Amino acid sequence: MIKPRPWLPLPLLSILLLVVWLMMARSMAPGHILLGGVLALVIPLLTYRFWDAQPHVKNPGKLLHYVLRVLGDIIIANLHVAWLIINPRQRMQPAFVEYPLMLEERFTITILASTISLTPGTVSANVRLDGKSLLIHTLDMEDEETLITTIRERYERPLKEIYEC
Amino acid sequence: MNFYVFLEGVISFFLIAGGTFAFIGSLGMTLLKDFYMRLHGPTKSTTLGIGCILIGSIFYFSTTQGQPVIQELLITLFLFITAPVSAHLLAKTGLHLKLEHVQKTRGKPVELHDDEVGVKPVLHPDRGH
Repeated sequence: MIKPRPWLPLPLLSILLLVVWLMMARSMAPGHILLGGVLALVIPLLTYRFWDAQPHVKNPGKLLHYVLRVLGDIIIANLHVAWLIINPRQRMQPAFVEYPLMLEERFTITILASTISLTPGTVSANVRLDGKSLLIHTLDMEDEETLITTIRERYERPLKEIYEC
Repeated sequence: MNFYVFLEGVISFFLIAGGTFAFIGSLGMTLLKDFYMRLHGPTKSTTLGIGCILIGSIFYFSTTQGQPVIQELLITLFLFITAPVSAHLLAKTGLHLKLEHVQKTRGKPVELHDDEVGVKPVLHPDRGH
């Protein structure tokens, strides 16, 4: 892990910016590496005040596992929602669910909320100001307990292991 | 030659699947009953639809140009970052404006209670309102 310095406040963001720049330019010419490098240094310096402190990734292997799992779930959720939309005898049971959060850091809560929006028929609607619970709207819910347990075991616990522990 | 025919089939499959999913996602905008349910169409089905089209595009341009083209992955990245955020903001706005939801929706979030801090003044019968 690279340590943050005064001229490099967000090392991960800098690396990401450089990689994205090179992918967009589709070349590895020295000029592009130089330009991308300058941007990767300047943009974090201008914007680091707006960023929350990013928690340390404690377990990169688990993070990869998590990303793959979410990608798989996105496909399943998509098929599910598509089926719900075109099924003529649709009996959807929409619901608002209060989800008690176990995570504490704002960054990880953001990741969890995004994951919930992308996956199983749910959209995260509101984060309470105290950061203790999340309001979720689901398109089709059978049982509140099941939904909360699923999210907790499938997404929140791995996230907690990856970042907070 | 056979390989290219096979590849064409694969690319066509992804394009058609992508188009279908994007269409179903948009169809949801008309078929679903209330604002909160309509939010689900664009966040989910459309994501998969665009994902399929991008995979097709990666295959096609990687073959025709003879070198791997991975710019499409960037589109996916941006999409996965922006789609949940915009959905969240829309949902939040809907709650703030207290938009109606269908009767069978279970759960009563405090945001939709009338006596929450909002435009309307809070009525207190015991204080002579």
